[in-house]
Amino acid sequence: MIQTEKMSPARKPVAPAPTAGQSFLAKFEEFERGRVRQSPDWLYPIRKAGIAHFAELGFPTVQNEEWRYTNIAPIAKLPFHPILERPASLPALKEIETLFIPGLKCSRMVFVDGHYAPELSAIADGIKACGLSEAWKTEARLLERHLGRYVHCEENAFVALNTAFFTDGAFIHIPANSQIEDPVHLLFVSRSSEPGSSSHPRNLVIAERGSRCRIIEHYASLPALSESKGSRSNGSDAPTLTNAVTEIVVGEDASVEHCKWQAESLSAFHIATLQVQQEGKSRVIQHSISTGAKIARIDIHLVLGGEGIESILNGLYLGGGDQLVDHHTVVDHAAPRCASHEFYNGILDGKSKGVFNGKIFVRKDAQKTDAKQTSRNLLLSDEATIDTKPQLEIFADDVKCTHGATVGQLNEEEIFYLRSRGIGAENARRMLIHAFASDVINRITLAPIREELEKLMSERLDREGV
Amino acid sequence: MSILEIKNLKASVDGKQILKGINLTVNAGETHAIMGPNGSGKSTLAQILVGRKDYSVEGRVRYDGKDLLDMDVEERAREGIFLAFQYPVEIPGVNSTYFLKAAYNEIRKHRGQPEVDAMEFLTLVKEKMKILELDQSLLNRPVNEGFSGGEKKRNEIFQMAVLDPKLAILDETDSGLDIDALKIVASGVNKLKRADNAQIIITHYQRLLNFIIPDFVHVLFDGRIIRSGGKELALELEEKGYDWIVKHPQAKELVAS
Repeated sequence: MIQTEKMSPARKPVAPAPTAGQSFLAKFEEFERGRVRQSPDWLYPIRKAGIAHFAELGFPTVQNEEWRYTNIAPIAKLPFHPILERPASLPALKEIETLFIPGLKCSRMVFVDGHYAPELSAIADGIKACGLSEAWKTEARLLERHLGRYVHCEENAFVALNTAFFTDGAFIHIPANSQIEDPVHLLFVSRSSEPGSSSHPRNLVIAERGSRCRIIEHYASLPALSESKGSRSNGSDAPTLTNAVTEIVVGEDASVEHCKWQAESLSAFHIATLQVQQEGKSRVIQHSISTGAKIARIDIHLVLGGEGIESILNGLYLGGGDQLVDHHTVVDHAAPRCASHEFYNGILDGKSKGVFNGKIFVRKDAQKTDAKQTSRNLLLSDEATIDTKPQLEIFADDVKCTHGATVGQLNEEEIFYLRSRGIGAENARRMLIHAFASDVINRITLAPIREELEKLMSERLDREGV
Repeated sequence: MSILEIKNLKASVDGKQILKGINLTVNAGETHAIMGPNGSGKSTLAQILVGRKDYSVEGRVRYDGKDLLDMDVEERAREGIFLAFQYPVEIPGVNSTYFLKAAYNEIRKHRGQPEVDAMEFLTLVKEKMKILELDQSLLNRPVNEGFSGGEKKRNEIFQMAVLDPKLAILDETDSGLDIDALKIVASGVNKLKRADNAQIIITHYQRLLNFIIPDFVHVLFDGRIIRSGGKELALELEEKGYDWIVKHPQAKELVAS
């Protein structure tokens, strides 16, 4: 771990490539005609704006600065088959259970190809959680106030597309000064085998003032991606797309731990945006673990909108084969006296490619900001690559902002030390890779998730590389 | 019986000769001190014995009847060679207990003994920690990470206590230790001494040798041992300084040859 990249100034986005195919608009009109009676009136302008922004932006190309290192042409080329109807049949509970996190005591909401499946779910009494398509009937006022108010359709084509086409997702409401004891496990199962089929889950979490909750947002495929010894089975072979958007509103003095785990099949494309709006004195710890998918692009955007906020962004990405995993994070310090700490570790093997872009904005009024960012990357093969770029834009003058990026191989001195105590070279190497991942895993407060990820690391290390 | 036999050992790195022909025999039950000014080659000798491959090496080293220079680093450790590092390496994320148990079991496996489980290991470790007066919380921390200079050095000797080597090499273990820590470390080392093992203490100063009494003292200068003697040599050296030996006619002759 040697080289430190210096801050590079943000560049203006290049004008997006035009043309979102007519097929999307046609599909949208058809969708709206069918849906209009079920969707509430207030939703229509939001959707309409979504498709309009998508039509204007089109799929991003590498000419767009935000997408410079991630070529999503393989996604743009796919036929567009949004899965708009609830699946006629659901997988058996037994199958779904293979994706559970052992030992995790939780409420569970299962989504199949983006649609909520209450039959496979179990929510503890007293928790206000349901499918979004139900919530827009029963919780219309809350939804109207929050849904789509935080994300940026006008900037991100995938968010726009999701906004046009979402049909379901998770809605969780934690009333003021209450807490959800056990975490809520949102399990998004993708099992379609039709190339180009896409799901557009849309999640909304409202943690009111003084509330506490822990949420796991977990994406997986059926058949499950297997990391077992000897071989890495692909999960499903179909090139499908998950295009998820999650908005979390964190009220004053509320506390939220959110753990996103992306473990989709190696032929899947995963695009996701997480938008978090924090109010004063709130605390958020957000983990993003990315282990699956052929291309994964994850945007995480925190707005620190009140004084005395603490935020932690904690990320781990593992790439092998020809996987591409791209995290774009934005921490927007919009108010004074907030602290944000960001830790991202990437381990890349084979011909895989990693991208980390971490923006920190410190607005004019955000004096006494304490922002810290580290991006550490381990390249295990000559052909693996990483593009890591911190981007700090600071408009206040009394702030503490630090960032560091490292890219490197395993530390030879550490290997030598371990070997000098009798540990074999290969075992020493594995210990260090594992430790590099554990550094991030250990920040997750839920032991069963830590254990599951530790197990996954061991299994991946038992195979060749990562 | 000799544990270590070094014959005419020469070593160079990037064309620069550092060791120019070392001869040294260490028998079971003996403690040897190797003293010398900075840059004389003390640490290089330690590194070569433990298996560092950055040097081109000539000569012969027999350890326990086997050719040492043929062995990999980990093989040497499993055969019972231990180096207490001058600068112990911090290994973030690798838990101390996990690391040491893995090392301990590798050595046991090599000896054909069954591996120990976590409980058995913990019992052993607790007992050894007492010798070094180490705080047990260190075990839950990553290897050497955030340890003070003194804790790192004590931790090296603690590892030595657990791994029970046949030949322990202590490279400047006294540097960075205050007098109290020095006494603890020295008493630890003394307790580990037996008739069937041996110790090589590498040090710049005589201080440590007030507490670990060596059977032999060797002075290394410019890649050669220019003087060997008993424990009184260290005291003389302390009193008169290295210049005294370096300027000694016998030494001049050696260096010139």
